[in-house]
Amino acid sequence: MAYEPQADFGTPEVRADTQVTLTIDGRRVTVPEGTSVMRAAAECGGAIPSLCATDSLAAFGSCRLCLVEVDGMRGTTASCTTPVAQDMIVRTQTPRLEKLRRGVMELYISDHPLDCLTCSANNDCELQDTAAEVGLRDVRYGYAGAHHLGQQPDLSNPYFLFAPDKCIVCSRCVRACDEVQGTLALSVEARGFASKISAGQRADDFLSSDCVSCGACVQACPTSALMEKSVKAHGKPERAVITTCAYCGVGCTFRAEMRGEQLVRMVPWKDGKANRGHSCVKGRFAWGYAHHQDRITTPMIRESIDQPWREVSWDEALAFTAGRISAVKAQHGARALGGITSSRCTNEETFLVQKLVRAGFGSNNVDTCARVCHSPTGYGLKTTFGTSAGTQDFDSVMDADVIVVIGANPTDAHPVFASRMKRRLRQGAQLIVIDPRRIDLVRSPHVKAAHHLPLQPGTNVAVMTAMAHVIVTEGLADEDFVRARCDWDEYQDWARFVSASQHSPKFLEAVTKVPAAELRAAARLYATGGNAAIYYGLGVTEHSQGSSTVMAIANLAMATGNIGRAGVGVNPLRGQNNVQGACDMGSFPHELSGYRHISDAATRRMFEQDWGVALDPEPGLRIPNMLDAAIDGSFRALYIQGEDILQSDPNTRHVAAGLAAMDCVIVHDLFLNETANFAHVFLPGSTFLEKNGTFTNAERRIQPVRKVMETANGLEDWQVTQALANALGLGWAYTHPAQILDEIARLTPTFAGVSWDRLEREASLQWPVNDQFPDGAPVMHVDGFVRGKGHFVVTDYMPTDEKTGPRYPLLLTTGRILSQYNVGAQTRRTANTAWHPEDVLEIHPLDAENRGLKEGDWARLASRTGETSLRVSVTDRVAPGVVYTTFHHPETQANVVTTDYSDWATNCPEYKVTAVQVTPSNGPSDWQEDYAGLTARSRRIAAEPGE
Amino acid sequence: MSGTHDRLVYMANQIARNFAVQGETAAIAATARHIHDFWDPRMRDAIMAGEDAGLSDIAAGAIARLRGTLRSG
Ligand code: SF4
Ligand code: SF4
Ligand code: SF4
Ligand code: FES
Repeated sequence: MAYEPQADFGTPEVRADTQVTLTIDGRRVTVPEGTSVMRAAAECGGAIPSLCATDSLAAFGSCRLCLVEVDGMRGTTASCTTPVAQDMIVRTQTPRLEKLRRGVMELYISDHPLDCLTCSANNDCELQDTAAEVGLRDVRYGYAGAHHLGQQPDLSNPYFLFAPDKCIVCSRCVRACDEVQGTLALSVEARGFASKISAGQRADDFLSSDCVSCGACVQACPTSALMEKSVKAHGKPERAVITTCAYCGVGCTFRAEMRGEQLVRMVPWKDGKANRGHSCVKGRFAWGYAHHQDRITTPMIRESIDQPWREVSWDEALAFTAGRISAVKAQHGARALGGITSSRCTNEETFLVQKLVRAGFGSNNVDTCARVCHSPTGYGLKTTFGTSAGTQDFDSVMDADVIVVIGANPTDAHPVFASRMKRRLRQGAQLIVIDPRRIDLVRSPHVKAAHHLPLQPGTNVAVMTAMAHVIVTEGLADEDFVRARCDWDEYQDWARFVSASQHSPKFLEAVTKVPAAELRAAARLYATGGNAAIYYGLGVTEHSQGSSTVMAIANLAMATGNIGRAGVGVNPLRGQNNVQGACDMGSFPHELSGYRHISDAATRRMFEQDWGVALDPEPGLRIPNMLDAAIDGSFRALYIQGEDILQSDPNTRHVAAGLAAMDCVIVHDLFLNETANFAHVFLPGSTFLEKNGTFTNAERRIQPVRKVMETANGLEDWQVTQALANALGLGWAYTHPAQILDEIARLTPTFAGVSWDRLEREASLQWPVNDQFPDGAPVMHVDGFVRGKGHFVVTDYMPTDEKTGPRYPLLLTTGRILSQYNVGAQTRRTANTAWHPEDVLEIHPLDAENRGLKEGDWARLASRTGETSLRVSVTDRVAPGVVYTTFHHPETQANVVTTDYSDWATNCPEYKVTAVQVTPSNGPSDWQEDYAGLTARSRRIAAEPGE
Repeated sequence: MSGTHDRLVYMANQIARNFAVQGETAAIAATARHIHDFWDPRMRDAIMAGEDAGLSDIAAGAIARLRGTLRSG
């Protein structure tokens, strides 16, 4: 298929109940009221020349190229800014229009370097196309007069360049940054002929400006003024494949634009329902890791972890692995074996890993990294609503009047959704932020939170209870909704509990540190401000009361009737791309796919018949329990697909001890990650560009991932798992993930209507997709809760056992930043390190001063569990007494200091609260230096014989 | 926290503490059910086989109930 950019209709799509019919160049066209004449013409195939218009942006009307004649109107009018009217008669091509357009075009071209043949946008340039469209044949003005040629390009951004001499000052980039991204990093400096696009202050370049490198401006630019450096390097793409981002839970879809086997660029897909044509720096640009020199593409084994790795064939690696697994099983039984699925892998891969563990290994010791992030969401939402998923689609936020963000930092962790949210906030929705840190959303260009409740880390349940107290005692609950949709008796028990005086904002202020008046105002706004939607993240779940907070949030939404329609709901923002999918696929040790308990005989029978084996009816071990059992000697072999538990899980020393105690650790990954230091088998993995399958994003949207290039290691990840299963004698014979998806649909009622063919046709489906919801369900619990009546759960605040004291007086909380992703295995291997070369510790100026620490100093960060060193950043984003860091870099290993404390219901680690002390330091700690030595030793690969 | 038994006792107490608001009888039932539904058999067996020292009243009640109904050992 020849390369075509996506169609551009010039102005955004309009949704309206009324349709309008008009005539354009003799053709009758019917479009929604409010549509521009330009869009109406484009929809019937008659594109009008334009330069300043593009359909991701509101019409601007500056270039005057899109002029048309309308019967009954004097002169000409810009079609991009003129709305259609009933029975309007429009002419887009007349001698007068042609002449006007040529005149305009001539002015643009006369100040443009006509080096089209050597320009990287050649044949992919709107200026060039438009010049041809308007029939420009000669330019009367030479370069003798004032012009903009010869200006130096800005090459500071690692991924795109800005060439001012190619700029036609259409301001599409400025508007894209304002309207689509919401960062407002660009402006048009000066006026008239001197006007010039600028990233911030006069001296700023793109990299040092507020720009977050989302790429929206590059996409909007009609010329090569803003252009991906990869296009300059590789040339114009020749084909495009639609696929899904493999980074975060927003699940943006992209056109992977290819030239042969070379990925030239990732361009956000305008028809993608999760991202609607937008992207962030990770999905758009940070794919270079796929070809990084650290990538391992040959299987490797070693007898013991103190030996160097030995590169071997797939057959030898699989035979060695099967031998070890079988030996452990023979000696210690099936329950000594287990596996970990990855939220970064596809649904099909995840499903196969849990199938391998349950049907092949013969135990239910399968868990997923969601254990350490959203397992409390699973427990909490299943208990209250009946299913473990967010209630809304992303579009829903555009109907919200009040947006509550709890323990989430969407501008960094879910940037594309954050841009949608900011757009709604700019339209006037009110914002409540509940977070110990002053995250960017609290105050950013044109966005200001109505209330920021900077709670003490670990007091979420108390804050939720205090909000409930206000709502119930001030009579703000929606009792009609509760009577109709929830269990009334349970509601009354809950209402009595929260109404008690010891749950008032004033009383709880002592623990939450949130001013009572502010909390009261926030609660009132949530209950009475119209459609109110809650979005939450790991700041809710990663606590010893993570599950309780999720249930407390669900209680608030039910009590105020904010469930079951657009604009409301309870929405977990998932960290990794396929957290939702990994959970759906039966990755938890107590559940089969679709959240059905393993002890349920009828469900088990379904699987047993399909798979032809008997399944263990007892729940298996969770990740932390696996590590405990390994130290005790009863758990001895672990297959880990696409996860780095040594870096991502809490209390690194404990994880290391557990891994070191096992007989067989199999790491299946792209790189020799930190966990692989303790592995006996390394099975090379494939990137998302090299495989087919599906991911399910945070709004339950199932989307295809498509193979755009050959695998570097010879096998897609699902094929590796299948080969391992077959080495164990299981006789699997899938030839395409579509067959695995069919098996998932056959065995999982909420996926019954999902198939690869259907996804090919419809691009995405939001589960449940079954007889009751044949086309999926953008919003859940519309007519009733999945469990029947909504279930109020009384949640009592319990302080965490992790306490500050004289030795550890500060509270450490952890999080993420925009340019890095999770443990950083991928993003650290891209130019994204330009924005975040190392983890730093944020500390309040008062705490820094007390310790004699200045910006950039090395500090020792110590907890009861361990210590590490890192540089400090002095900032009042964190409150006094609270420090904050990220865990993207293995050199820092922030998890050396996090503790074993975890959520009471799910064992999700309490990453967000660790009592620490911070003191000046000279550099890396002993542990860091020892660990660097271990890593170097355990990454040795034996030279080939004869070398 | 050191040693598996201590860790299991800690976990059982933590679960019990979060159900305590339901009142002792309901909390014992809920704690027992939670451990039954979410713990691997070796963990259940270990806590049932161990001393009750260190268990809160609700957790001890739940373990006693599990001993009565489960004994998968
Ligand atoms: S890359 Fe994004 S943030 Fe940066 S200037 Fe362009 S639109 Fe704005
Ligand atoms: S950089 Fe591109 S989008 Fe921005 S004003 Fe110049 S030509 Fe227009
Ligand atoms: S927002 Fe998430 S899914 Fe979208 S491009 Fe960025 S990392 Fe990928
Ligand atoms: S496209 Fe209408 S004025 Fe530029």
